[in-house]
Amino acid sequence: MTTESATASLTPVLGGKQRGLLDRFGDRALYLITLAAAIGSVVIVGGLAYKIIDEASSAISTFGLGFLTTSNFDPVHDQFGAADFIFGTAVSSFGALLLATPLSIAIALFLTELAPRRSRTPIGTLVELLAGIPSVILGLWGIIVLGPVLNDHVEPALHAVFGWIPIVGNLFGTDYSLVGMFPAIVILTIMTVPIVSSLTREIFATVPPTAKEGALALGGTRWEMIKTVVLPYSRPGIVGAVILGLGRAVGEAIAVTQVIGNTPGIHANLFLPSNTLASQIANTYQGATSALTISSLAYFAVILFVLSLIFNTVARLLVRSVQARAGASGY
Amino acid sequence: MADPQSASPHPLLETSGNLRRRRAVNRAVELSAWVAALLAVAILALVIASVTVKGISSISLDFLTANTADFGPGGIGNAIIGTGILVGLATLMAVPFGILVAIYTSEFAGRRNQSVIRYTLDVLNGVPTIVTGIFIFGLLVAGHQQSGFAGSVALAIVMLPLVARSCHEVLTLVPGSVKEAGLALGASRWRTTLSITVPTALSGMITGALLAVARAAGETAPLLFTTSIFANFVETDPSGALPNIPVQIFKFSESPEPAKHAQAWAAALVLIAFVLVISVAARILSARMRRRLGAAR
Repeated sequence: MTTESATASLTPVLGGKQRGLLDRFGDRALYLITLAAAIGSVVIVGGLAYKIIDEASSAISTFGLGFLTTSNFDPVHDQFGAADFIFGTAVSSFGALLLATPLSIAIALFLTELAPRRSRTPIGTLVELLAGIPSVILGLWGIIVLGPVLNDHVEPALHAVFGWIPIVGNLFGTDYSLVGMFPAIVILTIMTVPIVSSLTREIFATVPPTAKEGALALGGTRWEMIKTVVLPYSRPGIVGAVILGLGRAVGEAIAVTQVIGNTPGIHANLFLPSNTLASQIANTYQGATSALTISSLAYFAVILFVLSLIFNTVARLLVRSVQARAGASGY
Repeated sequence: MADPQSASPHPLLETSGNLRRRRAVNRAVELSAWVAALLAVAILALVIASVTVKGISSISLDFLTANTADFGPGGIGNAIIGTGILVGLATLMAVPFGILVAIYTSEFAGRRNQSVIRYTLDVLNGVPTIVTGIFIFGLLVAGHQQSGFAGSVALAIVMLPLVARSCHEVLTLVPGSVKEAGLALGASRWRTTLSITVPTALSGMITGALLAVARAAGETAPLLFTTSIFANFVETDPSGALPNIPVQIFKFSESPEPAKHAQAWAAALVLIAFVLVISVAARILSARMRRRLGAAR
């Protein structure tokens, strides 16, 4: 009796039985709704993988893995292979990352170690805004502004400087053109630098300040501190950031298709037009008529998806390892 | 006490050589870092300047309101409306979805589930947008017709990981003490989440949503197969293809006609202005929120 009246007098304060029920229901409902959304995101990725593999199935069963090494893309005779496009994708993205990596590391060092403190945020923001420029606009700029400059000045200059070197000289031939592999590399460099540099910057920020101060206290210059402390500490993270940049470059379709010239072929000369997997999809998927052409382009999409899966997995593992180390050591 | 280390100097000092050379190397490295940063800023300035210089002369009220045209002078009025509808629909889908995912990962998920979902979002974020375009084409367009709805679903898939990740980050920034205060007042978990945690993080979540909108507004690849064959007049029904700015710029840029290039530049100026204004606004909002949360901590 007494306990009953005690609870009776207490319940109004706590909000009553109804609220207890409502709360139990509300907790459960919010949990289930958000869980459903989370599962939904997994379903989207799974559905995407299933759908593109399903669409590519007839090309996969017709050509098998030989598709990857065949360099024939002939809708008229229903003969398809991806080798030319894989070559173009590899050269354009590796070329871009070859230029973007040192630039990005330098920018990240500038923003974390070297720049006057006041200028770090505004310059960092400007570099990130570069990542926000829509690729179709960068491509338009690539065709009309960058193309002629490269064609008239940069490509002849590169040929003059490097053209005579055996083997390497083959990359810098004489067939200059407004569109081609080289403009694509430059555009992809511009697209990847902001991504790689902002990731690298985050990684540099996890370097323990005591280690940096230690190096400086031993009499090292700033560069020696960077070389002996910052870079070794961040190496796996930098590799991860570069791989993520590579993923972005490999998958870029619009800007590349605008500047690369869309002519498949395997050749050393960087100044010739070329083509990539993503660019070929952007260019021909819409107009493709035969079922096998559409399926082959879906096969291209499967290759791109698998590559992005590999790049992301490896990169995240590397970046996480650096961040986990930073978290574990209390910095 | 004989310190064994004193016999062999620290590697830092071992490589020292003479001080002047070390200082010169240091100076050279610092200089090249300056050059790299200025180069990036210069390219941003160059692109924006090119777009402005080449686009501004074609911008007029007529251009902004007239419909697109295949031949002769035209505008982008219908494309602006179409892009607005596409991005609006995509935002309506991606933002609530992304916020729910973020509430799950930040409030409910255990360590393992959290990393599974984060990995999924990372993978989704890494999927080339042209592949997303093919996915939605196969799912919603093949066998039917192009539609603004299909295009906005494709854009929503691009936006989802951006929204979910940025919302997760701001939700975890909400100080535990604030949540605990809510729980200590007798509020249940869902009440605490919805009326304390989420409102505290709201401006940060808006920042994330705005950045995703800026990204979606400029995406061309997801729209290329889903809503690219459109008529040159105002179309507001998303069950049919909707005209939009990015695809229009892409079409113009592929044209050999200088007149079309002029229209492409003008459309690019409108798009880039929209994207930059949104991105900058989002950053200002985020800086303000971080300051406030920093004070609350």
